[in-house]
Amino acid sequence: MKESHVPQQNISTYANNKKAIYATDENGKYHLVASTGWEVEEAVTQQALKELERLTDNARRRVLAGEVSPLYFHMYDRRMDLQVLSEATGMSKWRLKRHFKPLIFKRMSHKIRKRYADALGISLDDLGRLPGSGIALDTTKERRE
Amino acid sequence: MNNRTKPFEHGHFAHCESGVMALMMRHYGLPLSEAMAFGLSGALMFAYLPFVKLGGMPVIAYRALPKAIIKGLRKNLGLKMKMQTFSRPQQGTTALNRLLARGEIVGAQTSVFWLPYFPPEMRFHFNAHNLIIYGRENDEYLISDPVFERPVRCAVSALQKARFVKGVMAPRGLLYYPLKVPETIDYARIIPRIIRKTARKMLKTPVPIAGIRGILALSRKIGKLAGEDRRYAKLFLGHIVRMQEEIGTGGAGFRFIYASFLQEAGLLLNNKTLQETSRMMTAVGDQWREFASLSVRAIRLKKERPLDFTALQKKLADVAHAEAAVYKKLLTLKA
Repeated sequence: MKESHVPQQNISTYANNKKAIYATDENGKYHLVASTGWEVEEAVTQQALKELERLTDNARRRVLAGEVSPLYFHMYDRRMDLQVLSEATGMSKWRLKRHFKPLIFKRMSHKIRKRYADALGISLDDLGRLPGSGIALDTTKERRE
Repeated sequence: MNNRTKPFEHGHFAHCESGVMALMMRHYGLPLSEAMAFGLSGALMFAYLPFVKLGGMPVIAYRALPKAIIKGLRKNLGLKMKMQTFSRPQQGTTALNRLLARGEIVGAQTSVFWLPYFPPEMRFHFNAHNLIIYGRENDEYLISDPVFERPVRCAVSALQKARFVKGVMAPRGLLYYPLKVPETIDYARIIPRIIRKTARKMLKTPVPIAGIRGILALSRKIGKLAGEDRRYAKLFLGHIVRMQEEIGTGGAGFRFIYASFLQEAGLLLNNKTLQETSRMMTAVGDQWREFASLSVRAIRLKKERPLDFTALQKKLADVAHAEAAVYKKLLTLKA
């Protein structure tokens, strides 16, 4: 790619950062060029971000409908999936899925809650609720086993 | 090894791991461009692993495994590197602080998601990011992250979290720094050997999912996307392009940086074949970028319009064959 062809499209997904691209000058010599982004890259990053958003919105709806526990929402909200959260907590996928059940989530021990909160990087209080919903879905969070 | 007389200098590069190694070598008196660091490590690669899924998508890599650049350079340049992992986060932080107090600059592997200085648009769960920590001021580390234009800062606790995230390619707090850097390198001896090895690896892999065969396998997979769910098919195409461009490859999935390396090597050794293959590789990189453009055009097609997977499959197969020609030419180099 020629230096003059390096896209400088100020893409949103760079958030005002620049990435270094290798390109050739008029003599064919390679240089590093700081690029404000290529719309092709922006399109695929946005596609990935939108997919994460779709999963998070879907999770929020399901929590509000009482189908799943807030943990399910927080997993997607932190851009994780079953595999990533399972590895981050060291708990099996099967166990995670069990904790997605609202009743079982409510009975979860303090120790397990702490493991989730740490892996997700949120507080114990936040683990039990949806942000911005004003609804405390988890009234038993003070209970210790 | 340390170099107190010389303040550390940050540099903005295409890729994290090659950038870190270039900066580190430069700091210790061995001038090495990022392109040379990348090329000399022999880490150029292609792999399509349909059975290893990350975030629901198969692994598609344009370079060898994480740490391959560090280890490749260690071997090919004869560096002595200290590489250390830790079982407890607190130990890892203590060790880092001790090294910094001694005046070392220290390479570290981290997660991307947990680094607060990354903008939200770039924060994904990828655990094999690399950066240099070159100092500490109170509760903050001074960090040279080569994919950022300027040095950044990061809270001590945040870096600890990013270094000790668990999961695929978990960094386990990896720290690395050179113990001994050679003063001169016999480039005429090592360059042809390293390049031939890379070319052989790309052309003659025993497995059908690596090297040129890997690119062709991915191309065939694209042809089969016609039978898949439309949303998945589009995400799959987007995933390829992200691995090629988004993760910091210098453009075209490291093909431009490799072309730059071939050019620099060609000048150094005054070798016409290297110069010519550099131009060929640049053309291959341009084709990879065209493939990315076509993929995004397909992703953007509205609901009813059919996606032409056959055209994409063919385009990628063409790229594979053009790239194979570069490696065949490189194999004619005399070692």
